[in-house]
Amino acid sequence: MKLSIRNQKDVAAGAIYIAFGAAFSLGALNYNMGDAARMGPGWFPFWIGVLMVAVGAATAAGGMRARAADDPLKKPELRTLSWIIGAVILFGLLLQPLGLVLSLAVLVVVSSLASHEFGWKGTLANTVILIAFSIGAFIKGISLQIPLWPSFLIN
Amino acid sequence: MELLSHLALGFETALSLHNLLYAFVGCLLGTLIGVLPGLGPSTTIAMLLPITYALPPVSALIMLAGIYYGAQYGGSTTAILVNLPGEASSVVTAIDGYQMARKGRAGAALATAGISSFIAGCVATLVLAAFATPMSEIAFKFGPAEYFSLMVLGLVGAVVLASGSLIKAIGMILLGLALGLVGTDVNSGVARFSFDIPELTDSISFIAVAMGLFGFAEIVTNVEQGEHRETFTTKVTNLFPTMEDFRRMLPAACRGTVLGTFLGMLPGGGATLSSFASYTLEKKLSKRGDEFGQGAIEGVAGPEAANNAGAQTSFVPLLTLGIPSNVVMALMVGAMTIHNIQPGPQVMTSNPELFWGLIASMWIGNAMLIVLNLPLIGLWVKLLKVPYRYLYPAILVFCCIGVYSVNNNTFDVFVTAAFGILGYAFQRCNMEPAPLLLGFVLGPMMEENLRRALLLSRGDFSTLFTRPLSLSLLIATLVLLLIVALPAIKRTREDAFQEA
Repeated sequence: MKLSIRNQKDVAAGAIYIAFGAAFSLGALNYNMGDAARMGPGWFPFWIGVLMVAVGAATAAGGMRARAADDPLKKPELRTLSWIIGAVILFGLLLQPLGLVLSLAVLVVVSSLASHEFGWKGTLANTVILIAFSIGAFIKGISLQIPLWPSFLIN
Repeated sequence: MELLSHLALGFETALSLHNLLYAFVGCLLGTLIGVLPGLGPSTTIAMLLPITYALPPVSALIMLAGIYYGAQYGGSTTAILVNLPGEASSVVTAIDGYQMARKGRAGAALATAGISSFIAGCVATLVLAAFATPMSEIAFKFGPAEYFSLMVLGLVGAVVLASGSLIKAIGMILLGLALGLVGTDVNSGVARFSFDIPELTDSISFIAVAMGLFGFAEIVTNVEQGEHRETFTTKVTNLFPTMEDFRRMLPAACRGTVLGTFLGMLPGGGATLSSFASYTLEKKLSKRGDEFGQGAIEGVAGPEAANNAGAQTSFVPLLTLGIPSNVVMALMVGAMTIHNIQPGPQVMTSNPELFWGLIASMWIGNAMLIVLNLPLIGLWVKLLKVPYRYLYPAILVFCCIGVYSVNNNTFDVFVTAAFGILGYAFQRCNMEPAPLLLGFVLGPMMEENLRRALLLSRGDFSTLFTRPLSLSLLIATLVLLLIVALPAIKRTREDAFQEA
């Protein structure tokens, strides 16, 4: 069955639309719908969701036609994605407790691990430069209010 | 001469010492970031938005406009030198510009891009100033039905420009519209789709969506593919074009300017449409058609002039109607909202010095770019040599600090990460993020205007078709859709994007 899907990208896109559309429409049912003359908070998202499901179904159907362009979905390479997005999430988690300097160091080092050409020397130099630059530009330059150091060190 | 007094007010604002400084810094930073491979104007603006928070609104917008032009110019530089266009609008520049660079004429190509953009900028600024007042008068005649239809037209216009499949782009718009609705409904006060997360009752942060979809997803894809690019940096010596170059470049630049000026004002228009159209036009008009794709100077001059003119006149619908016509304008709405300015016809009367100052600063920005960039090309070239493995962590750092500083809130950092993952999935499925962002900005506005229109008509949808202005906007939408759906045009459209 899987072999018969020619344009897998379109089918996947269709599935994404159907999932989001259904989620928004079903979610909208929790709110007061009202009617066209007096729209409740649920009216507009409900119909947008319905349209999205329809568009998703059309997209997926198009990708399943026998004469659809052959466009297989490549297997996602989760390694790169995880290092980079993981680094961002770590930054978010560490910023409040550890302050800007340490969380930036984590962000730069962890995200650099994603590169195929990773090297410690270059990465550490880059880390130092970026931290110095960020402090200079964002904290001193435009005075953003971000704690620099771990809160337990200051108190 | 009302126009002159308006422009005088504008220049008075824009020429004040600190505003000049902000325009300069904006152009410089915009070019600096825009030159980095793979970063187009929208990513650049999203990244640099936070540095304008602390400024007064006028200076912030002037700086952002500078960033926009700088980014666009920087993008052209990268397109010419490394054949890596950061955004669709400089794709066309890469075709012939890169060929010129390969033939050792990188300097002439860069100068052509700069000079053509400047010519276009001068004309488009005047047109923008001249059109602003009459356009905003039309805007006051717009009722909710007209606004709704206009937004439909704008969204469909943006879809027509998306390079991929039409139906998928419509899906992205709808998804954007729906995501834009997350948060507290202005009418009922109900927090929609917020899952009891306090940060979400305030709606999803626009910057987080933009940075996630454009910045992060882009980085992941680039890192995944590894580095392999060819730079013609050693050959950038003779900057100045020859007389023969000027003779060939100037008419092309003028045609591009006219084309871009008009196409930029259309909803959904702007830099991208203009540069594609201009390239096609130049190729058709030229007696040396076979030179195109091999380094024809007209192929750089025309599209560069057109995209700059289009970029500038796409401010017309934003400033007069309050409707962003493309992603960059959507970002400007985000920026204006942060500074508590509601874009629309009332800006001109309530904040005249902001409005005219912004317009005047566009011309100043263009002039600055040419002064700034011709001598600094050597520096940009050096920047291009920085390996990507050092660049992308830097981009992440700016994005993370930027996103955090909007609300001093780490929740937004996580939202950005989530949209990064989503954006990566989109790229895997050939789904374009630009229509989503536009839908995201327009979502609440569309709902509100449709609600009002239907309230006035007591729930009768025909109000959208019986009011003449609204009807003509909807007919224009239909025509656009038909044009794209027609098989013959569909094929050329695909060819045009294929060529890119």
